[in-house]
Amino acid sequence: MAEFIDFLGDPWTLEFMRRGLIAAVAVSAIAAVIGSFVILKGMAFIGDALPHASFGGIAVAFVLGGNLYLGGAIAAVLTAILIGFISRRASIKYDTAIGILFVGAFAAGILIISRQTNYTPDLFSFVFGNVLGISWTDVWTTTIAAAVILLLVVLFYKEILFVAYDPSMAAASGLPVAAAQYGLLALIGVTTVIGLQTVGIVLVVALLITPAATAQLLTRRLPPMMAVGAVVGALSSFVGLYIAYYANVSPSAAIVLTATGFFFLAFLFAPRRGLLWQRRFVPAKPA
Amino acid sequence: MVKESTTLRRGAGEALALEARGLWAGYDGQPALEDVTFSIETGCLAGLVGPNGSGKSTLLRVILGLHRPWRGDTRVFGSSGRPDRRRLGYTPQSEQVDWSFPVTVLDVVLMGRYSRLGPLRRPTKVDREIARHALESVRLADLADRRIGELSGGQQRRALVARALAQEADLLLLDEPLSGLDATAQHDLIALFEGLRQEGKTLLVATHDLSCVAADFDHAILLNRNVVAFGRPSDVFTEELLNATFQRHLLLVRLQDRTYVGHG
Ligand SMILES: Nc1ncnc2c1ncn2[C@@H]1O[C@H](COP(=O)(O)OP(=O)(O)OP(=O)(O)O)[C@@H](O)[C@H]1O
Ligand SMILES: [Mg+2]
Repeated sequence: MAEFIDFLGDPWTLEFMRRGLIAAVAVSAIAAVIGSFVILKGMAFIGDALPHASFGGIAVAFVLGGNLYLGGAIAAVLTAILIGFISRRASIKYDTAIGILFVGAFAAGILIISRQTNYTPDLFSFVFGNVLGISWTDVWTTTIAAAVILLLVVLFYKEILFVAYDPSMAAASGLPVAAAQYGLLALIGVTTVIGLQTVGIVLVVALLITPAATAQLLTRRLPPMMAVGAVVGALSSFVGLYIAYYANVSPSAAIVLTATGFFFLAFLFAPRRGLLWQRRFVPAKPA
Repeated sequence: MVKESTTLRRGAGEALALEARGLWAGYDGQPALEDVTFSIETGCLAGLVGPNGSGKSTLLRVILGLHRPWRGDTRVFGSSGRPDRRRLGYTPQSEQVDWSFPVTVLDVVLMGRYSRLGPLRRPTKVDREIARHALESVRLADLADRRIGELSGGQQRRALVARALAQEADLLLLDEPLSGLDATAQHDLIALFEGLRQEGKTLLVATHDLSCVAADFDHAILLNRNVVAFGRPSDVFTEELLNATFQRHLLLVRLQDRTYVGHG
């Protein structure tokens, strides 16, 4: 018994593990809340595009010696708004606009970095995530940003819901549809950027969509979906960090794979909607 | 007599719920509405009829301010420019709605209250009661907690009508609320429209059910990009005008005081 408690407590005696845990839990919880809208609107692609686009801003900030996350956030939000603008104005499909812009911004990042001679590993932590190397300042920045995003979602829940569900009816009711759509895109942009520290550019899309999709299988309404998604996301970070600690593997990969595992558990066993559950109720073929 | 005096008290501007003058609108340079002019009196149940692609949905969207006209203007209760959202209720033609969304029927109907709530305000108990009452009017009260996607097509259509009712608007613009409904539901909905008209509400209903307009509506607008005719159904439902609207031969059968429209 004592051994088991040691097993559970051991990782958290280390300060960098505690820091990583706080940041990862905050990020994955808020990512699931925002991610619920992302998957319901079929915008998973944008969750992949914005972190890539932020790389352009990170590179610029790196060259100018500014705050890398601020640079990334500005690039992600600008890209998100430009995507919205192009697909609203020209008759270009949403995902085409996304494809054009995010690769452009990512390429700009590579272009800028390729001119640098002092190619630091700093930048690699953005690509693959570096949750265990995070500073207390970054932990608090991340947590506060997550709290602000959550507050905005709670305050404007009614508007975001209506616009996401039925934009033309929302417009007919006099709601500021364009503002709500751009606002949601900007929130997705900021969420992905704060997720970069935890899991990196390549894997951040998983934090947005996997816990939210798991929750979708388990719930019937949007508020519980966001809440369950946040819990699944937080739990994935928690379990993922244990796995990283004991198996000595990449924490970002462990977090993402834990979330993937939860998704498949729900996919198989979810009440009513799980694969096995549905099987049980298929009536036997009459002989 | 009583009805007339209330009409008078509303003032001259209020006698007309809706006016459209010289309205042109379209998409990508292709006109969908050409010089549309008509007016609807307050307290009127008006039918908007015309073949597919004749511009019915476009006209409703222009009135709502969702689609900018090229020329001409609309007046809602006498005022032009942006209509007062609280006085306008709307039911879209249901294909534009995302049915897979995890919202309940009651959630959807509650959205009808949002135009009355300011920013940052949440629906209150009163809003919920109004929404439940609207669901009762379309006989969906026992499905209030179902997910919207779990309703049948006709039930979904009725839920959208309930949302428009929850708006407690004075002018209701309903885009094909009757299609896909079974005979009982259609009958109930028409009875509901008549009840609303008695309360002094004005309804403009796009529909393909000509016999129903002929039997129960006060007013009909025959649309085929331009207004072929508008007036009382008994006056405008002539074979000549209907054939001009639908550009095919329709058969009018008058049985006692009812008119039935069929294919020739
Ligand atoms: N979003 C759009 N983009 C381009 N053209 C459109 C669009 N919506 C409608 N149109 C065109 O405008 C014309 C009028 O369409 P509208 O939807 O108003 O017709 P409708 O009378 O409502 O038809 P239905 O009975 O099929 O609902 C049609 O020719 C249609 O092709
Ligand atoms: Mg239509």
